[in-house]
Amino acid sequence: MKIDASLYTHRALNDLLRSRTDETSVENCLGLRFIGSGLSHGTVLIDGVPGNALGAYLDGAKIIVNGNAQDAVGDTMNKGEIIIRGNVGDAAGYAMRGGEIYVEKNAGYRVGIHMKAYKNNRPALIIGGRAGSFLGEYQAGGFIIVLGLNDDGMPIVGNFPCTGMHGGKMFLRSDCRDVFFPEQVTARPAGAEDMAEIKPYLEKFCDAFHYNPSFIENAPFTVVTPDTQNPYKQMYVAN
Amino acid sequence: MLQKEGQVRIPSGCAIAAVISKTGEKIGGEKIVAGIRTMHERSNGLGGGFAGYGIYPDYKDFYALHVFYDDNGARTDCENALKDLFEIVKAENIPTRKNPAIKDAPLIWRYFVAPLPSRVAAMQIDEREFVARAVTRINSTFRGAYIFSSGKNTGTFKAVGFPEEVADFYRLEDYAGYSWTAHGRYPTNTPGWWGGAHPFSLLDWSVVHNGEISSYDTNRRFIEMFGYKCHLKTDTEVITYIFDYLVRRQGMTLREASSVVAAPFWTTIARKPEEEQRELTYIRNMFSGLLITGPFSIVLGFSGGLLALNDRLKLRSMVVAEKGNTTYIASEEAAIRAMEPDLDSIRSPMGGEPVIVTVNKGVLEDGN
Repeated sequence: MKIDASLYTHRALNDLLRSRTDETSVENCLGLRFIGSGLSHGTVLIDGVPGNALGAYLDGAKIIVNGNAQDAVGDTMNKGEIIIRGNVGDAAGYAMRGGEIYVEKNAGYRVGIHMKAYKNNRPALIIGGRAGSFLGEYQAGGFIIVLGLNDDGMPIVGNFPCTGMHGGKMFLRSDCRDVFFPEQVTARPAGAEDMAEIKPYLEKFCDAFHYNPSFIENAPFTVVTPDTQNPYKQMYVAN
Repeated sequence: MLQKEGQVRIPSGCAIAAVISKTGEKIGGEKIVAGIRTMHERSNGLGGGFAGYGIYPDYKDFYALHVFYDDNGARTDCENALKDLFEIVKAENIPTRKNPAIKDAPLIWRYFVAPLPSRVAAMQIDEREFVARAVTRINSTFRGAYIFSSGKNTGTFKAVGFPEEVADFYRLEDYAGYSWTAHGRYPTNTPGWWGGAHPFSLLDWSVVHNGEISSYDTNRRFIEMFGYKCHLKTDTEVITYIFDYLVRRQGMTLREASSVVAAPFWTTIARKPEEEQRELTYIRNMFSGLLITGPFSIVLGFSGGLLALNDRLKLRSMVVAEKGNTTYIASEEAAIRAMEPDLDSIRSPMGGEPVIVTVNKGVLEDGN
């Protein structure tokens, strides 16, 4: 089924999407917010530019965007999959606690902040290009993976990555010589076990965006985890 | 009674958009309206506005004063003061059309003026300083009169309403310029009066702003030492004065002025090459009172160009796109795609990274 987004308010569109059981194509999208928020089933294909908070609280559905997305993609998502064939704006994957987000190109500032894991829920956020400053700030769980496949000469990540990190893992496809991490995290070359953990995500990334997996081999990965010997203490309050 | 800025605080986002033709081609007002309209949800109907550059080619050598009046008494008083300082070559109502959403409209007048040379000479200041002082004096001392636009070959149009309603009210489609900025307001601290809508303009500077400046009072106290008066208690007004002070009066480049208001963190400065460190340290120390903290994305309009800037933490979104010789700036990509669906490139500038777009040399006569 095809839907012209310009004829809908976000509420009417989301009501329609919730009533659908198979694939829905949303076309002519120009800034409509909250698409697929809380959606638990079905597949939504989007042409155009979806507005802020795409797939917020997503709860099992799959969303594919043929192009760029704006800010706050997958905010607090719980389950499901979001695939962006382009860039995402700021704060993608904010506080997500389950599900997977795949971004083909670059991501903005504050991506994956407050990401957390709960029981069997381990969220994953995979960025093909580069990420802006404050990547994974206060990360508490899950995987953030940045592949640095951008060709604009910009660094793989901006300033202040992993500030306040106290759980989860971040993978950067780089030796990270020029990246400044806070003292409370440990950055080390990724070993075979680390790489095995993220292999399924890398395969899915290659599959979604038609990349040859050989790029995985041709550059070192750095893995960042909280330093359990020197954790964050009392950044704002006693903990 | 209608409350003005400063009389009440409303605790509570905004939308900005801009377009510029580097080859100086005329862009109709309806283009920028198409962009800002897309971001309707970022505003709440308490303010919308536009600034156009190159829109008054027939009067390009005269300062265009746009004035709100509470009543005709205020108009007579203000006009008497203007006649004392300026030769008024044309005085008229700014053409408007009725729009059901635009209410409580003040009297809205437009004057094309030239400063009286004898008065400028007597004060031993240059013409632009003369105009700036006249605007500041009238806005701070005249009851019921507010000059909200005062540049050459440029004009600001603003009101309480959603931006697309404001554009309809001012018949924006009747104007064409080489650049435009636009704002949709969601006031955070003040009630939303016509004068408090964006853009905030002085001379040819205009600022549209999305955000909230936590350093407002520090900035205000610093800038008021140099003769500026922050009439409206809204944070954006002070940004206009800061750029006027740093660029027109201190002779800084736009890039230098940007590193004053969005200075890099000391940890970031420490990683720069030595000479750049020295310069950035000097600027941070010298103008610490003009550092703007808190979230902002702004577009500064001026004769012949636009500057787009985010706060150093990039707490507000902003995207910049190119198509041929035209540059687009907006809070959201969707707004840019509404103006131009097929773009050559699109990117999000980093926090504190100024994006400066100027019209090619020689395109505009007299630098206007």
